[in-house]
Amino acid sequence: MANSTAKAPSRLHALNDQIADLGDVVVQSVEGVGDMTIFAGRTVMWLFSRWPSRDALLSSLHQIGVRSLPVVALTGTFIGMVLAVQAYYQFRSFGMETRLGAMINLSMFRELGPVLAATMLAGRVGSAIAAELGTMRVTEQIDALTSLGANPVRYLVVPRLLACLLMIPSLTVMAIFMGVVGGAFYCIYIFNVDPYFYFHNAQEAAGAWDLFYGVFKSGFFGVAIALISCYRGFHCDPGAEGVGRASTIAFVQSFVAILVLDLGLSIVMDTFYFFAWPDA
Amino acid sequence: MVDAAKTSMDAGRLIAAEGVSVRFGRQDVLRDVTIHARRGETLAVIGESGCGKTVLLKTLIRLITPSRGEVVFDGQPIQGLGEREMTRLRTRIGFVFQQAALFDSMSIADNVAFPLVEHRRLARGDAYDVAAERLAEVGLPTSVMVKKPAELSGGMRKRVGLARALAMEPELLLYDEPTTGLDPIMSAVINELIKSTRDNHDVTSIIVTHDMHSAMAVADRIVMLHPLSRLGADDSQLLFDGTPDEIKASADPRVNQFVRGEAGERIREMHGV
Repeated sequence: MANSTAKAPSRLHALNDQIADLGDVVVQSVEGVGDMTIFAGRTVMWLFSRWPSRDALLSSLHQIGVRSLPVVALTGTFIGMVLAVQAYYQFRSFGMETRLGAMINLSMFRELGPVLAATMLAGRVGSAIAAELGTMRVTEQIDALTSLGANPVRYLVVPRLLACLLMIPSLTVMAIFMGVVGGAFYCIYIFNVDPYFYFHNAQEAAGAWDLFYGVFKSGFFGVAIALISCYRGFHCDPGAEGVGRASTIAFVQSFVAILVLDLGLSIVMDTFYFFAWPDA
Repeated sequence: MVDAAKTSMDAGRLIAAEGVSVRFGRQDVLRDVTIHARRGETLAVIGESGCGKTVLLKTLIRLITPSRGEVVFDGQPIQGLGEREMTRLRTRIGFVFQQAALFDSMSIADNVAFPLVEHRRLARGDAYDVAAERLAEVGLPTSVMVKKPAELSGGMRKRVGLARALAMEPELLLYDEPTTGLDPIMSAVINELIKSTRDNHDVTSIIVTHDMHSAMAVADRIVMLHPLSRLGADDSQLLFDGTPDEIKASADPRVNQFVRGEAGERIREMHGV
C-alpha cells in the first residue's frame, strides 16, 4: 500500500517533467518562428531602403548563380534521362512511346526543374552561406561589422537574398532545358522513338504557362533558401561544431521549406488557373 | 549644489555604464555594474576569465543589450537610440577585437579602408592612402596592404585591427584582450601602441585584460570585476576601482591574489580542500 502511494508522486513528477519539456519545445519553436520573421522583415526593410554595393552584389551573383550552373545542368540532364528510362516500358506496353516527351517535359517544367534547381542551390549555396556567416559570427566578424557602423543584414544578407532571387529562375530554366534535352536524347537515340511525334506531342502538352508555373515557384524557393541559410549563419552556436550544425540545419530546413512551398504554391496556382480559365 | 557637483563630475565623463546587468538565458553574467571613463583617460578592466569583462565591453557599444541599467555616451543614453543614430554614434568609437576580427574575404587595405568607404564615401584610392597612414602608425609597411588576413601573424593582425579601429579617428577606443596570445615582445609593442595612440590622438581608452603587466603599463585607472559564481547574492561585482599604485596596496585578498597571480585558493578548491 505504502509502496503504491510512493510510486504515484514519482509518476506525477515524470509526467510534469514531460509536460514541461514539451512546453519548452513549443516555446522555442514559437520563438524561432518569431525570430525568423523579424529577421526576414529587417532584410526586406534594408532591401527597399538601401541597395548593396555593386561589387558585393556581383560577387554574390557569381558565387550563387554562375558557379551553380554546371551542377544544375548536369543534374537536369540525368533526371531527364532517368525519367525516360523509368517511363519507357510502361508507355510502350500501351503503345504510347511517342507520348514520353509530353510526360518528361511537363514533369520538368512544372515540378522537377524548379525543385531540382532549388535543392541543388540549397545543398551547394545554402550550406555554404550558413557556414560562411556562421564562421563570421564565431570569429566576431559580424560584431566587427556592427562596431564599424555597417549593418550586417544590409551588408551580408541583402546581396545573398537578391542573388538567390535573381539567379534561381535562370538555374531553373537551365535545369528544365537540360532535362528536356536529356529525355529527348535517350528516347530518340536509345529507345528509337519517332522524333517527329515525340516533339509534336511534347509541344502540345507543355507550354508557356507550364514554364511560368515552374519559374514563378522557383523565386519563392530562392527567397526561402537565402533567408533560412543566412538566419542559421547569424544564429550559429560557438565553435566548429556550431558552424557544422548551422550548415546542416540550413540545408534540412531549406529542403523542407522547398517541399512545403512547392505543395502550397502548386495548389494556389492550379486553383488560379482553373479560376482564370474555367474552360481549359 | 549637489546637482551642480554631479553635473560637473558627469561633464568629464565620456562613457558610463550605470547599474548594468546582463543575463544570457538563465545565467547572470553582469549584475548592477557601474563604471565610467573620463575623457582622455585610459581605464583597464581586469578580472578572471568568465567574469564578464568582454560582455561589459560589448554592452558599451550595444553589441549586447543589457537586461537592466543603461549606457551613457557623451551624456546621451544609447539604449533608446534608433539604428541610424546608433550607426552614427559607433563611428565615434573604435573596437579592437581579441582575435582582430578582420574580414577574411578582404585584403588588409580593404579592411582598414572599410569604414572610410562606408561612412565618408571616400574614393577607393583616397581611402587606401588613409589606410596606409594608419598602418604606418601601427608600424606596418604598405607591402601588407595587398595581403589577406590569413597571411599575417597574430601580432600583425592585432595591429591591423588597431589601424582599422583608428581609421575614423574615434574619441573612444575599446580593446578586448589586446595582448592575449602574443609573445612578451609583441605584448610590449602593443602596450606601447596603446600609449602612443592615446598621446597622438587624444583618445579615451578602455582596455579589457587579464594581463596585469599590460594593465599596469598602460592604465591611468583600473577596475576589477569578479565572477558572479564566486559572489553572494548581495555582493558587488566590482571589487576594486583605483590607480595602479592603489591596486598594489589593496587589502582585499581576492584583488591581491589576482594582481600577484597566486593560485593557492584555486588549487585548494580543485583538490576539494
